[in-house]
Order: sequence, then structure tokens, then C-alpha cells
Amino acid sequence: MKQARSRLRLVNAHTLARLAGESVRRLHPRWLARNPVMFVVGVGTLVTLWLTGADLLAGRPWGFDLAITLILLFTLLFANAAEALAEARGRAQAESLRSTREGLVARRIQGAGEEQVPATALRRGDRIRVLAGELIPADGEIVEGAASINESAVTGESAPVLREAGTDNSGVSAGTKLLTDSILVEVTAEVGQSMLDRMIALVESAKRQKTPNEIALTVLLSALTLVFLIVVATLVPFAAFVGGETSVPVLVALLVCLIPTTIGGLLPAIGIAGMDRAMRANLVAKSGRAVEVAGNIDTLLLDKTGTITHGDRQATDFLPLINLAPERLRTAALLASLADPTPEGKSIVALARSRGAVVEADPEARFLPFSARTRLSGIDQPDGRRLRKGAPDAIRRFVTENGGSYPDETTALVERVARGGATPLVVAEDDRVLGVVPLSDIIKSGIKERFQRLHAMGIRTVLITGDNPLTAAAIAAEAGVADYIAEATPEDKLEYIRREQAQGRLVAMMGDGTNDAPALAQADLGLAMNSGTQAAKEAGNMVDLDSDPTKLLEVVEIGKQLLVTRGALTTFSLANDVAKYFAILPAIFVASVPAMRTFDIMHLHSPATAVLAAVIFNALVIPALVPFALRGVRLRPASADVLLRRNLLIYGLGGLLLPFPAIKLIDLGLGLFL
Amino acid sequence: MNKRESLAPARPVTPAGSWIQALRGALVLMVLCGVLYPLVTVAIGALLFPDQSTGSLIERDGRVIGSALVGQPFSAPGYFQGRPSAAGYDPFALSGSNQAPSHPDLRERAAASSKAIAAANGVAPAAIPVDLIAASGSGIDPHISPEAAEIQIDRVSSARGLPRDAVAVLVATHLEGPVLGVLGQPRLNVLRLNLALDALGAQVTAR
Amino acid sequence: MNEVLLIYAVALLLAWPLGRYLAAIYSATPTALDRVFGPVEWLIYRAIGVHPLAPMTWKEYGKALLKLHLIIGLVALMILMQQGWLPLNPDGIEGMRWDLALHTTASFITNTNQQHYSGQAQISYFAHLFAIVSLQVITPAAGMAALVAILRTAFARRDETALTAEGAVSVGNFHADLVRAIVRVMLPVAFITALLLAWQGVPNTLEGARIATPLDASAGLAEQRIPVGPVAPMVAIKQVGTNGGGWYGPNSAVPLENPTPVSNFVETIAIVLIPMALVFMAGYLTGRRRLGVLVMGVMLSLSVLLTGINIWSENQPNAAFADLAAEGPNLEGKEVRFGATATALWGSFTTQTSNGSVNGMHDSFNPVGGASMLMDMFINATFGGVGVGLINFLLFLLLAVFLGSLMVGRSPELYGRALEAREIKLVCIALLLQPLLILGLTALAVAIPGLAGNSNPGFHGLSQVLYEYTSAFANNGSGFEGLGDNTVWWNLSCAVALILGRFIPILAPLAVAAHLAGKRVAPTTSGSLAVETPTFAVLTLGIIVMFALLSFFPVLALGPFAEYLSLAG
Repeated sequence: MKQARSRLRLVNAHTLARLAGESVRRLHPRWLARNPVMFVVGVGTLVTLWLTGADLLAGRPWGFDLAITLILLFTLLFANAAEALAEARGRAQAESLRSTREGLVARRIQGAGEEQVPATALRRGDRIRVLAGELIPADGEIVEGAASINESAVTGESAPVLREAGTDNSGVSAGTKLLTDSILVEVTAEVGQSMLDRMIALVESAKRQKTPNEIALTVLLSALTLVFLIVVATLVPFAAFVGGETSVPVLVALLVCLIPTTIGGLLPAIGIAGMDRAMRANLVAKSGRAVEVAGNIDTLLLDKTGTITHGDRQATDFLPLINLAPERLRTAALLASLADPTPEGKSIVALARSRGAVVEADPEARFLPFSARTRLSGIDQPDGRRLRKGAPDAIRRFVTENGGSYPDETTALVERVARGGATPLVVAEDDRVLGVVPLSDIIKSGIKERFQRLHAMGIRTVLITGDNPLTAAAIAAEAGVADYIAEATPEDKLEYIRREQAQGRLVAMMGDGTNDAPALAQADLGLAMNSGTQAAKEAGNMVDLDSDPTKLLEVVEIGKQLLVTRGALTTFSLANDVAKYFAILPAIFVASVPAMRTFDIMHLHSPATAVLAAVIFNALVIPALVPFALRGVRLRPASADVLLRRNLLIYGLGGLLLPFPAIKLIDLGLGLFL
Repeated sequence: MNKRESLAPARPVTPAGSWIQALRGALVLMVLCGVLYPLVTVAIGALLFPDQSTGSLIERDGRVIGSALVGQPFSAPGYFQGRPSAAGYDPFALSGSNQAPSHPDLRERAAASSKAIAAANGVAPAAIPVDLIAASGSGIDPHISPEAAEIQIDRVSSARGLPRDAVAVLVATHLEGPVLGVLGQPRLNVLRLNLALDALGAQVTAR
Repeated sequence: MNEVLLIYAVALLLAWPLGRYLAAIYSATPTALDRVFGPVEWLIYRAIGVHPLAPMTWKEYGKALLKLHLIIGLVALMILMQQGWLPLNPDGIEGMRWDLALHTTASFITNTNQQHYSGQAQISYFAHLFAIVSLQVITPAAGMAALVAILRTAFARRDETALTAEGAVSVGNFHADLVRAIVRVMLPVAFITALLLAWQGVPNTLEGARIATPLDASAGLAEQRIPVGPVAPMVAIKQVGTNGGGWYGPNSAVPLENPTPVSNFVETIAIVLIPMALVFMAGYLTGRRRLGVLVMGVMLSLSVLLTGINIWSENQPNAAFADLAAEGPNLEGKEVRFGATATALWGSFTTQTSNGSVNGMHDSFNPVGGASMLMDMFINATFGGVGVGLINFLLFLLLAVFLGSLMVGRSPELYGRALEAREIKLVCIALLLQPLLILGLTALAVAIPGLAGNSNPGFHGLSQVLYEYTSAFANNGSGFEGLGDNTVWWNLSCAVALILGRFIPILAPLAVAAHLAGKRVAPTTSGSLAVETPTFAVLTLGIIVMFALLSFFPVLALGPFAEYLSLAG
């Protein structure tokens, strides 16, 4: 069960107060200057504020100017709040991960002895001893011992996991609890430099580095802001030339409405929220770029075991030789497997029982347990019958040693099973072969649909397996993956990634072992399992705290969502401008250029309410879209063309039309009061 | 091609070299495009179309009266009149009025011509075809619309003492329709029409 | 209306094979015509001292282009200022004032042909030929060369990107691209067009003006000088090369420059022929036919829409003539032989393609027609000028790719090549320049008393000033000619708009293309943004229209729309 912390409420009274404070704090010019769009709004606010003051002192009407000033101020505050909210959520997420390790005490190896030090004093390379029942004080790698560990503090998963020195499962995280044994851990990350700390930096605006696409989009938004600055500034002489008058507050209002404040205000929040969503999925990204790249992945390398199949082969059928009663094979297979505690053996017993076998082992019987060396298991019955179950060649030896023959029929059957992607086991009684039991990997339920979603998004999936090519091909076909690498070695993976990249593809892969490190480093998106070795974690650019092999699929969707949200809001923001023109331009000129009345297609109450309605709409859109920015656009699996059509309709056409009724409605409301 | 090899300068182009290339390029191309192209075209064109090449001039009694492509001003009531010209039909001062529909002077000018035309031809303003009060683009539009000729027939025939039908027939024979029924508008060349009118008048007088 | 359909149809039918021909010229495959043109080209390469196969980086290509234009410009400037004592000046025309000569030079090296002078009275035959006609051939060829360089670089398939000896991305050889355009396209097409026009009556001689004695001596014109000259070759290249600068002041409205409906038909088609053909060429040259179809579809839709508005507008009566004449189309400033529809069609074509020649006075168009032509020039990519029109379109295409990619959840890619901040920056510079120069200079001209020189008061006065700068930046050349534009201010400010409006939108995309070519090419999957779809076409169309409207709606509202509404109300 996942822990409750993954569901934070968007806003409550306490966070609201903090948000308000944070939003005001971020009005500082230095802060605003980082966002060209909002900086222009800030300057506009100062201008109207100054005009309000001037009007007040000169005894002129100042209400309208003040109203504009306030609305602009709120536009800024809303944008700041959106950013602060996203940041707060991200921090909360990260803090809850980090809090588990605060106040931890470490048992540091000092020469021959040990000393107690606070976890914060640990340095990279220190060795620490952790005993059963203690919390592990720092990220590290087990150098001695093996233990079972509860990682629920980090992953939310309460089932204990096994970690052992010298294996691919040697990594431990700070804050997790040692359940058994005692281990020696080498510290790999100092406090403040762990992955979590880096992750926190990704959701803190002040430290956050913009991602490449975010930079490009900011360039575009800045250019558009400049265009509208020119448009509005030149409107003054144009109006004067045709005998019209312009007022500065209205021009400032027009400018703020035109520049892309919606996307400009929400852009940081979207970026932070993307990181936050990754964290919520228990993914720790080393850079924002890694999450963004995920959206572009062309090829996914997926380990068969754990990702596509449950990882253990199970018996799926009993295939007796001709002229043999099926019950006999079932019973023999069951009895021969009783001494086989492996999942395969258990599955044979379970399958036989479910098919109606009711025999029990004779207490007098002698068991021959399964061993990897003999590759068979069996039972010697008190009546002298010897039943065996095992790999085909092991059984062949057994049968021939007993003076029997290994019939061609068996060979044919074995081959047929292998061709179907299953692993054949043969059952024999003394000198006689009884039949074959196929063992198959069971494809995880729902995985095929998941791959179809990926294919719809244009992503190639590649199965990596240690199986032979026949088996690999069969599983690949059943799971619906595009390609497979059979009998894969780490070198094969690296080679495959290089080949894909040479064709221009972006490749993602997941790995845990030290020998996966080169491939993880070579992949454009290397997702390391938290349970994996330090080498793997360092080579990858993302770490999955759950060590869940299906996580790659989620990463891709998070990356895409991030980009779609930005694109959709940019389109929406620009499309909104049309309605704002129709609201404000006639209002500016209706007195001096009567002909402009015709453009007032919304029939707004008065010029003043028209301008206010447009600016209010412009301000309110930001908080209205905050949930949307934080959650991201819903991403349905579809080809790019379908996605584009849908998003164009919703955000382009919708963005064009929506402001008309909205501004009209706000205007009606204002008309009641003014 | 071997020629390519012989041309290939393996050495890189220096900055000075590229300026020299630009200079040579400019001169070579300007001579090709500004001298050879037009002179060859003029030579061949003049050979193929000698009459058109010098301006489609019209001569009468050995004197150049004008060009079929250049309109002329007419004020005598016995001549068909062309369109208003902002250039006074001077081909060296070619110009349209360049007045927008909102220009106050345009309305004033149009009102004056409308009044004058209505009075001279005895028609209501609503009957005046618009080309007669709208100034042409070139200032030397040689044509008028058939309607514009139509309302002038009465005036011209009475001023010349010619039967209305004779003038009407002349107008009808000078009508040029759209080319192939599609291109251009129906129109009459005023100078040609008036020349024909003079010829017709001379015939009548001679008789 | 049939005339309009016929012209569109014939233009497209001619542009298609011409486009194939252009693609053949610029692909490596030899053609049958090599035997005719090859030796001429080799002669020219030898005379210039260049090797046509030497690869150039985008910077070398751009520098070669700029240097050539600079030198041609200097030569033209000297000729214009000194034409008084130079040969071939039968009508005794004086040298130009420095600022007018400077503006004229800027105008002609930028393929604009904005004229602050009246050709028949202010330019000698020699200057017309050597400084004007030659530039009218060379500059569109340079635009075509730049387009070809960009297309072959930005759209190269994987592993097809050419490299220089140093391993940098090569965009091709400027001299080869230029000379091919001149020898194989510009001159032959212009030559055929010139003969068609000469046949229809356009003067084609080196003799001076003839003096005629008008028929009606009482009308006050004692003698009429008929200006002639080598008009046909100039008018032909002016139309074919999206130049627009005519022999006579009022351009193709003048019966000597455009005598008959047939010549009008020929000239109208000549306006759009090469710009349309280049779209076909783009499809064939890049091997992406569907891209060609997309571009053609978007351009044609915009063209039909805006032309339709213009034709409708000009068939409305001129408000100034209300109650003064029979109801009819707006014929003020138009010629009877063409009528309102053919003149509006020409007006739209000439502004869409950045040609700038006119066969009627745009200043006297009804306001909505004027607005539609301003819109044509704001967009400046509806076929557009030879080469540069499609280059402008590519800028919008890149923007559409950027936004569209984000909307499908991919980092922006053009055919698998990533569009990053550096490319977007260049695109933005080119796009930003337009409102900056057009609106900025218009604002200055109307704000500082005595600069504007508008002949119409009120809204239309603003339109006049706006039109002039729009035309200059778009390298169009047409004008609301009532404007008193032969002043030092106008000549210099327009020269700035002309030069920046020409070379930045060529160099920035060239740089973008070279940057793109140097990148990894991602394979196309169903998840990548598909450029060659109707959906993407709609997005591109939307971005083009939105960009123009958002930048210029206020000034259109205060200029032509306010004029229209005040006349209607």
C-alpha cells in the first residue's frame, strides 16, 4: 500500500496564508526580472500606481486607475502564487522523503573501533555499521553482509526487500530500516548532495535551471512581449494622428492583456509541477532535462523479468506421450516435483492439483531435491519406482542409464514446446519417458494494452531477455513488443543503444547492476533502480525509488505531459488576445473616433467596464488554470496528429472563443456596481 | 566533366579574393542582365513587331496625331470625351488622382464633373457611368465604357449636325469586347472614335 | 469572375512544370538543357573566377551574397547620380539627388522597386538598363539562390547533408545557385514575356520620345510627347522577378506599359508564376511532395481569401461618388480596359508576392481593399517574392512546428531535427523586426510634424504612411502614391526598412537551416509531429493570420477600418 503522503490537498487555510506571504515576497524586482512577461506587468503596475497617486494629489478622479493598478497587482500575485504553490507541493513531497533521515545517528567505523556521529557529519567514503532495527543514516552501498530492509519510508512499499553486498542489489537509502542482520555500508552521498537534495533543487524556483524547451519557449514569449510593447507604444502617435486620445492606464491594461501573461505566469509552475509529478511517482530526476527528454523517447529497452512477465516460469500444461493416460503423467509430475521448492516446481504441483491429482507422497518415500547441478528433482517410491522431472538432457541421461530409450516422440514434443516460447521439462519413470511439462513465462495482465498505448504514441519497445531467441520471440509476440534482444549481455544492450542512437533515436532503459552502468550512461534516459548498485545509480539520470521496472512507461508520459501543458497554455494564451482586442480597442477610441463603436461586438456596458472586464479576465485566468498547470494536461494515447487536432480545437479554438462570453459576463457583473 | 577539374581552384578564397569575386560578379552579371538581355530583346522585338515597338503611333496627313495607347483631352462638344485625368493627359506627368474615397477633394471634384456632364449631355447624374467621373489610374486612359459613349451620342451628333444613327453606328463599330469573351472589359478607344468621327464628318461635308 | 478563375488556373498550370524544371536545375541530375546553358554558365564562372562546386558554409554563402549586393549597389548609385552625362539619354534627364539615388539603390538591390521618382521623367535609358533592369534580374535570382540553399540544407535527409572540407555544414555554392537562376530561369522567362508584351504594343526601342499633335486643339494640350524606350524587356523582368518597378510612374496602369487585356493577362500571370513555381519546386527538390502540397494549400487558401475580399471591395461603389453617378464599381484610379475585378486581382497578387507593380492606383482603392492588400504584405508569404516568400513561410512553419510539437508532447523537431533556443531566437529576430520597423517608423513619421507628407487627411493619411513602410519592409514596392515621399526623411527611413527587411529574413533562416542540418536526425514515428497533414496546415495558417492580426490589428482599425466605418456610417 502506498502511504497517504502522496495525496496533498491543493490548498488549505495554513498553506493559503503562507502562499500569500510568498506571493508578496516574490514581487521583488529581482525575482520578477527572471520572467520577462511578468516583469512587464510589474512595470505596468508601477506606472498605473504612480498615475493613481498623481490623480489623487491633483484632485482628479482616481478610481479607475486604482482599479487597474489593483487588478494588475493581483495578476502578479496570482502568477507568483502559482509558482509558489507548485514549489511548496514539490518541497513538501521532497521534505517528507527527507524528514525520515533527520536526527539519524550513525555508527562510523574509526580505525579499529566505532564512534557515534550525527548523520550530517558523514562524508562520502565513510564506512558505517548498521544493526538490525536501526534506520540507515545515509545513502550508500553495502560492502559487507546481507540483510532484509524495509524501504517503505522511501518507496511506500511495506514488503521487506533483500539487499546484499557484492550483488546488483547492494544499494541502500537513508531513512530505510534494517530488519535483520547487520551490515557494513559505504556512504556514497553526503548530506546535502544526495539525490533527494538534488531533487529538491529542481522544484525550488530560485535554484531551478530552466530546461532547454523552457528556454526556447521563454525566448518566444519574450519576443511576443516585445511585439506587443511596440504595438501598444505606437498606438499613441497613431491615435493622435487621427484625432484620437489615449490614456496611459488603458494602454497599460491593453499591454498586459496582450502579452502572454497566462503562459508567462504559469510557466515556472508547469515546470516545477512536472518535477513534482515525477517525484510523486517516486522518481528522482537528476535534472529537469531528464524529465523533458523522457517525452521524446523513441525506443524503450525493457527487461523482460519483472516488466513484461512476472519473472517466474509456470507450468501451463501436461503433454503425455501417445498411449499414456494423462492422469499418470500428472501424478508422476506432481510427485517428482514435491522436492522442488523453486517457483517452477511449485507451479507444477499447483497445476496438477488444480487438474484433479489427489495423491500424497508416501511417508516412506525418499526425495531427491532439485539442484542446479543435476537439473532434476524426483522421488524414489517405497515400491521401487523412481520418478524424475527435469531438463530434457538430464532426463535423457537418467533414462538411458536405467537401460531405457529416449524416444523420438519426446524429442519432437520438446522441440515443439521450445518453439512456442516455453521451457520444456520432461517427466520419466525409471527407464520410461512419460511426457513433457511446458513452463511458460506468464505475461503480466494489462501490459499488452500498455504497450499499445506506447506504440500509439510512436514509441518502439524492445524486450531484453536472457532467454534463447525462440523463447524471446514468442514472448515478444505475445506481449506485443516491437523487437527483442535474446541472450542479452550488458554489452549487447550497450551495442543496441548505440545502434538505435546512430539512427537518430532517443533511447531509454532501466537497469540495476553494475554491469548495466555503461548502458545506462549511454542511454538518453537511464533509469536506475534504487535497489541497484551505486555505479548504476550514478550512471543513470533518474532513479526509481520503487525499483519498479514498469516505471519507464510512467516517465515517458510525465515528460510528454509537461510539454503538452506548455504548448496548450501558450496556444490558449495567444488565442485569448483576439477577444481582448475587441473589448479594449473600441473602449479606447469610442469617444474620439466614433466609428470604432462598430468593433464593440460584445456590447459592453461602458468603456471603463470593458477595460476592467478584460483585465480581470486576464488576471483570473491564471488561478483558474493553476490546477491544470499542476496536474498537467490529460494525455490520452493517440498519434501525434490526433493529439494535435484535439489540442488545437480545445486550446486554440477554445482559447479564441471562451474569452468573449467570459468578458461579457464580468462586464455584466461590473455594470451592476458601476 | 573535365572542364570542372580545370576550373577547380583547390586553394581557399581569401577575404580580398572574395571581394574581387564580388566585383567581377557584379560587372559580369550587370552587363549580361542590363545590356545583353534588353538589347537582344529590343533587337528581336523590333524585328517582329515594328509598329508596336515605337509606341503604336497614329498619323494623319503625315503628321503624328498621337498614340493609340495614349488618351487625349477633348473639350469640343463635337468630340467624345474621355475620362478625367489627374495628369492633364501629359504622358510625362503621368498620374492618377491618388485620392482615397474619404478624401474631401475627391467628392468636390466628382460633384463638379457630375454637374458638368449632366448639363452638357442632358442626363440625370444617376445616369452618368462612373468611369466618366472617376479619374483614370494612368492619367492617359485611352478608353471609355460603352455606356459613357452612349450618353454622349446625342451631344456629339447635334454638335456636328450628324444624324444620331450615324454616330451610334460609329460607336457600335468601335466597341471592343472582352478578348475571347473573358479578358478585359467592353470599351471604346476615344481617340480612334473621334478620328473616325472626323472622317465621317469630312465625308458628310464632302457630300 | 471567369477572368479571375482563368488566371489562377493558368498560373498554376504553368507553375507546375516550371517548378519541376526548377527542381531539375537545382538537383545534381543532368538535363537536356545543360548543353545549351552549360557553356554560357562556364563562361560566366570563368569571368567571375569562381568554382561552382566549391562548398560554402552559411556564413560564406551569406557574405558572398552581401558583398555582391554591396558592389552592385555602389555601381547603381553612381550611375543614378551621374546619369546626366552618361550615354543613352535621349530625353536629357539630370542626375538624381543623393538621397533619392540612395533610396532607389536600396530599393532595387532589395528586389523591392519602391519608386520615389517617376521613371519616364527621371531615369535615362542607360540607367534604366544598366542600373535598374540588371538589378531586376540579379536580385530575384539571389532570392531564389538563398531559398534553394535553405531548402537543400534544412530539409536534407539523413546523411545527405553536404559538408565543407573542414567538416562544417555546406549550404551550397552561392555563385552557382545565382548564375543558374539567372541563366536558366530569369532571362529565358523574361525574354518570352517581353516578346509577348512587345507584340501587344509595349514600346521596345532605343529611340527617344515622339511628339504628337493632339486632335482637339481646344482642349489645351498643344503637344503630346509620347515617352517610349526599351520598355518591354524591363516590364517583363519587373513582373517575372517580383520586382514591380515600372518604366512609367503609374506603372502597369499606363497603357504603354500594359496596353490590352491580353497583356494584362500575361503580366498578371507573370507576377505569380515563379513564386508559385518555387512552391512546386520545393516539393520536388526536397523530395517531400506532401510538404509542397501543404505549403501550396496554405498559400492558396490565404491568397483566395484575401483576393476575394479585395475583389468584393473594389466592386463596391466609391463612397465619394454617391448620388453623383450611376452605381458601379470603384473606378477611381483604375483603367476602363481592365475594370475593377482584374485590377483588384492584380492588386492582391502584387501585394501577396511582394511584386509591387500596379495596374490601378492603390491609394484610391476602397478602404477594405486597401486593408486586404496591407494584410497581404504583413503576411508576405502568400507565394511571396521570388525565393524570399517561401523563406518567410518557412519562418512561420518553424513557429508552427515549435508550438505544434509541444502540443503533442515532443521536443520541437522539423523532420527529426531539433528546434532549440538558438533557432527560435533567430526566427524571433526575423519576425520581431517586422512590427518594430513598420510600426516604429510609421509612429515616428506621424508623430514628428512635417515628416508624414500624407496627401489625404484623417484615417487614410495614417494608412498612406503605414502602407509605405509596410511596402518597404515587405520589399513590395507598391504605394499609396499620393504620399509626398521624395524627401530626405522618406528616402532614408525607407532605405533602412528596405535593407533590413531584405537581408535579415534571408540570413537568419539560412543560419537556422545550417544549424538544423548539423543536428541528429530523429526518425519519424507516429508520435512525432507530422508536418504534412491538414491539421498542421491549419495550425500554420492560424499562426500566420494570428501573427499578422495581433501585430497590426490596432493600426488597421485606426487606418482603413475606421475609414471604412466612417464612410459607411
